[in-house]
Amino acid sequence: MGGRVVTVTSGKGGVGKTTTTANLGLALARLDKRVVVIDADIGLRNLDIVMGLENRIVYDLVDVVEGRAKVKQAMIKHKQFPDLYLIPAAQTRDKSAVSPADMVQLCNDLRKEFDFILIDSPAGIERGFRNAMAPADDILIVTNPEVSAVRDADRVIGLIEAENKGPARLILNRVKMDLVRKGDMLSADDVTDILAVKLIGIVPDDEAVVSASNSGTPVTLQDNSRSGQAFRNIARGCAARTYLSCSLMRKAGC
Amino acid sequence: MTDAKIDIKGVRDGLLILIDENSEWMSAVGELVEKLDKQAAFFAGAKLTINLGSRPVTRHGLSSLKAALDNRKLALSKIMSDSPTTTDAAESLDLRTGPASVAPESDDMGATQRYRTQPFDPNEDTVVGLLVPRTLRSGRSVRSDGHVVVLGDVNAGAEIIAAGDIVIWGVLRGTVHAGAIGDVTARVCALEMAPTQLRIADRYSIAPQDKGRWRRTRPEMARIEGDFIVVEPWQRTARKD
Ligand SMILES: Nc1ncnc2c1ncn2[C@@H]1O[C@H](COP(=O)(O)OP(=O)(O)O)[C@@H](O)[C@H]1O
Ligand SMILES: [Mg+2]
Repeated sequence: MGGRVVTVTSGKGGVGKTTTTANLGLALARLDKRVVVIDADIGLRNLDIVMGLENRIVYDLVDVVEGRAKVKQAMIKHKQFPDLYLIPAAQTRDKSAVSPADMVQLCNDLRKEFDFILIDSPAGIERGFRNAMAPADDILIVTNPEVSAVRDADRVIGLIEAENKGPARLILNRVKMDLVRKGDMLSADDVTDILAVKLIGIVPDDEAVVSASNSGTPVTLQDNSRSGQAFRNIARGCAARTYLSCSLMRKAGC
Repeated sequence: MTDAKIDIKGVRDGLLILIDENSEWMSAVGELVEKLDKQAAFFAGAKLTINLGSRPVTRHGLSSLKAALDNRKLALSKIMSDSPTTTDAAESLDLRTGPASVAPESDDMGATQRYRTQPFDPNEDTVVGLLVPRTLRSGRSVRSDGHVVVLGDVNAGAEIIAAGDIVIWGVLRGTVHAGAIGDVTARVCALEMAPTQLRIADRYSIAPQDKGRWRRTRPEMARIEGDFIVVEPWQRTARKD
């Protein structure tokens, strides 16, 4: 039946799409899945940096689409996990260099050899978003517990529904439990109340995420990290192809 | 060629054409052109609004349709669509766009002027109301020259403008305007009222900023009383007049 295409998107920028994609990619690789992550944020590539593969880029997504390189040539093997690959974005082109149909075709080729194809979507709802959306089997919406981020997530979920895609699943990133307890931050319940989609992960706000990403070794590789654990939980749902809702995970003691 | 893929209606300022979402695109275009050609004299010079539902149409598909209409001196003025693909394609061809689930607009005047008061006549072929069977998320806008009923929430960033009443079987968080052409007896009802802005006729009110985390979850109805919009529990006995 072939691999599954999982697109990570958000509407708003800076909420943690790239962080989530990198961490899920690594966590899935640790579960012995064959994984390729695609950076669809053409012109603003950074998934390669977060995954520590920046200096190995020779060819990129646009080179593949325009026929200058074979898919295999553009795939960069991860240093630690031999079944994890990255297809980087082009830095010098813009999103119109790739079409939704290109992405569908590329993913259909990759499905044969990989269990999971993760796509890191750019911010916004324009061409880059549609490129990332077109091949998606699963759609993971990343948001923060902030009114503006939730508003944009809502808009994106509406667009996904209008295209008969989905169902969208939600990851709430950068939660500060102390603020939530004081009533100064939207809680997970507040957010799901508005968005009415399944919440499959709550990731705490954690400085270790930033330093881990800066050093190219995503936080999920740290076994004792809570944010890393949150990403591992999501990856397990992804691997099992049944995303557990957070309330269920809590019951299961994750 | 099977029929009933195309529905052509005369509206205030031209023609509203509905192309069935599920038909094959090029044959639907062919059928439309054939229909228009049959009554060329009648349709000549008309402004066309085309409702494509949620069908995704590429820029290429849309521009071939536009070219066919241009050749017949028909002005394609607006595309109504719920597909972002189609909307973007239309925008790139400099066409006006709007959501598919909306009554056609006659012009670019302010929303409150867009509606004529129409006595309800069951025999008359007009839009008297709209049932929206889902949640309206941010960015969606629904307009009707009748009443609007929503089975779902109206989220912040979404808006409803209706000449009549607005009834929401869910949480109202967005912006609504009932009685938009001046009906001061129009009402807004919701299972939970937390609007960004609520307007009835020419009055408006902003929901009180909830300080605590306590939420009122009872159904409420807003209506005009004297100079103000009042909000009270929505229950059986609360009736118009
Ligand atoms: N859970 C978190 N805790 C702390 N910082 C985070 C967390 N998730 C993301 N960040 C930081 O937020 C910034 C934006 O994240 P990024 O993944 O690049 O967002 P996006 O791809 O959506 O634009 C980065 O500096 C990243 O390290
Ligand atoms: Mg990013």
